[in-house]
Amino acid sequence: MIEARGLSKRFQDKKRGEISAVDNVSFTCQPGKIYGLLGANGAGKTTTLRMLATILEPTGGTAIVCGHDIVEQPEKVRANVGFLSTATALYRRLTAQEFVEYFGRLNGLDEATLKKRVDDIFKRLDMNGFRDRRCDKLSTGMMQKTSIARTLVHDPPVMIFDEPTNGLDIMTARTITSFIRECRNNGKTVIFSTHIMSEVEKLCDNIGIIQSGKLLVEGTLAELRDKYAEQDLEEIFVKVVTPLFAAEEAN
Amino acid sequence: MSIRNVGIVYRKELTEAVRDRRTLISTILVPLLLFPVLSVGFGSLAVALVGKAKEETPKVMLRGGEDSPAVVEGLKKLDKIEIVAETPNWKDQIINKEIRAAVEIPAGFQANVAQQRADTVRIFNYEGELKSEFATEKIEKYMKEYRDKVIKERLAAKNLPDTVLKPFDVKQENVAPPEKVSGAAFGGIIGYMVILLCMTGAMYPAMDLTAGEKERGTMETILSSPISRMHLVLGKFFLILTAALGTAALSVLSMGVSFSVLGHYTSQSAGGRAAAAEFLLKLGPKTVISVFLMALPVAVLFSATLMTIALFAKTYKEAQSYLTPMTFVVIIPAIAAMLPGVELTPKLSIIPILNVSLLCKELVAGTYHWNYIAVIFASTCVYAAAALFIAIKMFQRESVLFRS
Repeated sequence: MIEARGLSKRFQDKKRGEISAVDNVSFTCQPGKIYGLLGANGAGKTTTLRMLATILEPTGGTAIVCGHDIVEQPEKVRANVGFLSTATALYRRLTAQEFVEYFGRLNGLDEATLKKRVDDIFKRLDMNGFRDRRCDKLSTGMMQKTSIARTLVHDPPVMIFDEPTNGLDIMTARTITSFIRECRNNGKTVIFSTHIMSEVEKLCDNIGIIQSGKLLVEGTLAELRDKYAEQDLEEIFVKVVTPLFAAEEAN
Repeated sequence: MSIRNVGIVYRKELTEAVRDRRTLISTILVPLLLFPVLSVGFGSLAVALVGKAKEETPKVMLRGGEDSPAVVEGLKKLDKIEIVAETPNWKDQIINKEIRAAVEIPAGFQANVAQQRADTVRIFNYEGELKSEFATEKIEKYMKEYRDKVIKERLAAKNLPDTVLKPFDVKQENVAPPEKVSGAAFGGIIGYMVILLCMTGAMYPAMDLTAGEKERGTMETILSSPISRMHLVLGKFFLILTAALGTAALSVLSMGVSFSVLGHYTSQSAGGRAAAAEFLLKLGPKTVISVFLMALPVAVLFSATLMTIALFAKTYKEAQSYLTPMTFVVIIPAIAAMLPGVELTPKLSIIPILNVSLLCKELVAGTYHWNYIAVIFASTCVYAAAALFIAIKMFQRESVLFRS
């Protein structure tokens, strides 16, 4: 389970001064559910997810991930999280197997468990054909599978996906979306950020719309359709963000 | 502190490093080839070129001398000198290397000598040009011998002994043991090379493991794993340190082998290099271990400093532009230690790099000033620990890791 409590992040920018990337964001993600964080580029999605994965430290508020505070126990949080984004690249001079094993060891797995886990994952994701191939020789699809294997090797109860299909071709993107569904079916807590409406409609149980670092609205797709009297998620999104957008433009 | 985690990171970085051509070239190939190429290659080339220059029979133009037949005859009889007739453009011929020198015998030279009147023989040459200088040397040697012969004849005519002109001799005698003499001559170079190569060995992995990782997009991947940033830094740091020490060790090994090979193949004429080879062969395990023990904190200092600086860069190229000026920061004190007359003092013993360079010179010469050794080792350890501490702190700063 993920419980964000007034999560905030401010950055110092030399030209623009202090910038509020995430402003007092609170939400809850339940096990066996997918929470979709929907927002335009620069809305604060990546910063929020990086804070949940303890890659960045919040400047205000906190979050509890699997019972661990992200500020107080970041290492324990990371041990319970699988983090995947298009920015999480592979070590190109390692083979696919070495890469996954490296992260298994960093997650404290002993060699016997690691071997069994790696064999299982490689079989399940159909990766045995390239397990000894160096990562710089893999196709985009193979790379994504290897990244998925990395997030799964320690069998974390929480999965964080930051725009995982960004820039991928349709077949590779489908591999990712079916993997996200599989995580939910296995009872994992899943949070997923995107700006692609169709992905949210297909995958998410709960949706949060974020703009300028503020979580403007959240609910199930049905709740949002009811509230804004719109069927199309894109129309709902535009209705939600337009007032804030207009105010910012005016400023 | 988990040694296991540091070990996991170290092992992974090592696996990647040995698969990276650029790391292998900078850490193994360059230090192994540098000395053979520099010493054996250039040394042999220099010996061959000098030999070839000496073998040539230089053309020397004779100006005047019509009334001094004995001198002219003597010059013409000189081995490997071709005396050519005078032409008006003799200066241009020397400049254009058509002739190597010109010797001017003044009018009435022989008569003047006979009548004990002072006179001057001039040799015109091309300064700095090897073949011209060889020709000049031969002519000058002949003229000096001729002068000595005249002196002897004059002394003999007056029944005076040679000691009239040379009442006593002055001689230098060395009392320092041979290894100390060689140490003073070559010791500075060893310290300089070890320090410089520690630095160049650390440079590539320091950039690859920090800025390179940011550029390739793997920094976020590793930061999402549960390993603590301190363990991550230490794992990376130990790999950079391995590269630094490995490069220095391979360089010393390569230097020793190159000089010993050169020592076997060069004749007495290349006495300097043969002495260097002999000296390096005489370096006992005690000296080698001492030099490496002192190089260890320096390597720690370099590894941590270079890693911290490179971490600020977003790309490998940016890191290169930050680290290249560092070479000068290291070279200047290392060269200063090689300057004649610069010796260890209490003040110099706390200046990083310079202190170790100076100490290496002493260690190689077999001198162990334990108080200096303690101060230098301790101060370098303090600098190294500070650099490592800053590296760990920098790895915890988001503004450094995610600089945009």
